Amino acid sequence: MVDDLYQDLILDHSKHPRNCHAMADANRNAEGYNPLCGDKLKLYVKMEGDIVKDASFQGSGCAISTASASLMTESLKGKTRDEALKLLDKFHDLLTTDTPVTKDLGKLVVFCGVRDYPARVKCATLAWHTLKSALNGAAEPVSTETE
Amino acid sequence: MSTLTSVIAAGFDVEKIREDFPVLKQTIHGKPLVYLDSAATAQKPTAVVDAIRQFHEVDCANIHRGVHELSQRSTAAYEETRVKARHFLNSKTTNELIFVRGTTEGINLVASSWGRKNVKEGDEIIISAMEHHSNIVPWQMLCEEKGAKLRVIPMNDRGELILEEYEKLLNPRTRMVAVAHVSNALGTINPVKQIIEMAHQAGAVVLIDGAQSTPHIPVDVQALDADFYTLSGHKVVGPTGIGILYGKAALLNAMPPYQGGGDMIKVVTFEKTTYADLPYKFEAGTPNIAGGIGLGAAFDYVNKIGLDKIAAYEHELLLYGTEALSRIPGLRIIGTAREKAAVLSFVMEGIHPHDIGTVLDRQGIAVHTGHHCAQPVMDWFHVPATTRASLAFYNTMAEIDALAAGLGKVKEIFS
Repeated sequence: MVDDLYQDLILDHSKHPRNCHAMADANRNAEGYNPLCGDKLKLYVKMEGDIVKDASFQGSGCAISTASASLMTESLKGKTRDEALKLLDKFHDLLTTDTPVTKDLGKLVVFCGVRDYPARVKCATLAWHTLKSALNGAAEPVSTETE
Repeated sequence: MSTLTSVIAAGFDVEKIREDFPVLKQTIHGKPLVYLDSAATAQKPTAVVDAIRQFHEVDCANIHRGVHELSQRSTAAYEETRVKARHFLNSKTTNELIFVRGTTEGINLVASSWGRKNVKEGDEIIISAMEHHSNIVPWQMLCEEKGAKLRVIPMNDRGELILEEYEKLLNPRTRMVAVAHVSNALGTINPVKQIIEMAHQAGAVVLIDGAQSTPHIPVDVQALDADFYTLSGHKVVGPTGIGILYGKAALLNAMPPYQGGGDMIKVVTFEKTTYADLPYKFEAGTPNIAGGIGLGAAFDYVNKIGLDKIAAYEHELLLYGTEALSRIPGLRIIGTAREKAAVLSFVMEGIHPHDIGTVLDRQGIAVHTGHHCAQPVMDWFHVPATTRASLAFYNTMAEIDALAAGLGKVKEIFS
């Protein structure tokens, strides 16, 4: 039963997270913190114009939050800011509502099992909340040291 | 095992005790519930549930005011708990026992009332490295307000306070020493009698956070010579929202009220209010009457079994659990004090506590995961969080076996 949550793709990305490193030339940074569980995440985004050219992260967290950050950074590359924010909304719906799973989430559908674990939704969304804060920071003077 | 046999021979029948806890007889995700989170809150025996129901169904009225029969009954039942608390903590009088919401409020009451009156700029307050946030933040707030300084007794790798360092921290500016009797995150039983004695020699007042000690070991506030001692009812198989603050009468009498309102006054005019005597001076407003009555039943229940027997049995569980967990490769127990209550806090290499908690939950096993409201403890051990199995007298060795098997499943998934 618990295997519905910890699908192979999630376990793979939690054990071998992709894009898990600092990025010296990132122009959007944000830090995410979940005070309830102590999970910390630092997100690096490199924007070129309106396009997410690259994304990476560093942090300590559970399998769900690490896999989520890993898969998120993979899925962001090449997306416009608006596309990225729309993806965030869809991802959030996937975790918190009963809406049918849509194709455009790609690999991210692997997180649909989180629906049945309300206590773990925050783990899966930490990276995405951090992304929102990084992208919204764009309207303000860009800083590589947001926090 | 020989000690366990003797405990059981001395009348400790855990299966019979479990009959008193209906909540334990359920399945979670199709598996029998294994409740290992009693340090967060203990389960409630039928006697406590019945006492609360009796109050609501038969005796319900406000207390301390009415002349009618129901009010007299509920007042008597509520005040009876104060008498039971006096026996439970061995205070000199019932006047020294204040009903509060729990340990957190007990500490806040002292920090706010005693602290504001007695702590001045440049003074120092000593806490320890293993405190729960509830015994850190109120003192931090007081220090910030007064310009006082918070000092911290360090601990060693086992999670024991280093008394030599504590000795060095004590000085004529030390006003208060506030320390947990038992650590919720590590299980360490602190040598509070010695800590109190040393503080008194330096002229400081001592508050002991008894949230985790009172469910597990007998406490005698007079023998300890504690100035303040506070407990949470819900950890001692009582209901939530009720607790006790013990304070020496001389200290309590000299303190200003904590909150103003009904029940804490003698005479009120627009010009001046005369406050009530102890303990009512600190009990403004209608209290948690049902909770107080439930707590009385909880004291009775625990006394009937006997805290000595509870402590002996739980110690056997702790030894058994420590051995069982130590056999799991890659598992490290956090908190290995020589004097320890039945708390098993641990980390597993490469596996986050939340994942451990979720996998265990699906097997019916309830543990606590996270920082346990003791972030400085996590920082000290360089872990973001731990998994904590906290045991109570209604737990069994078979449940510890279930935990060990559950952790086997965790390893299966994540390695």
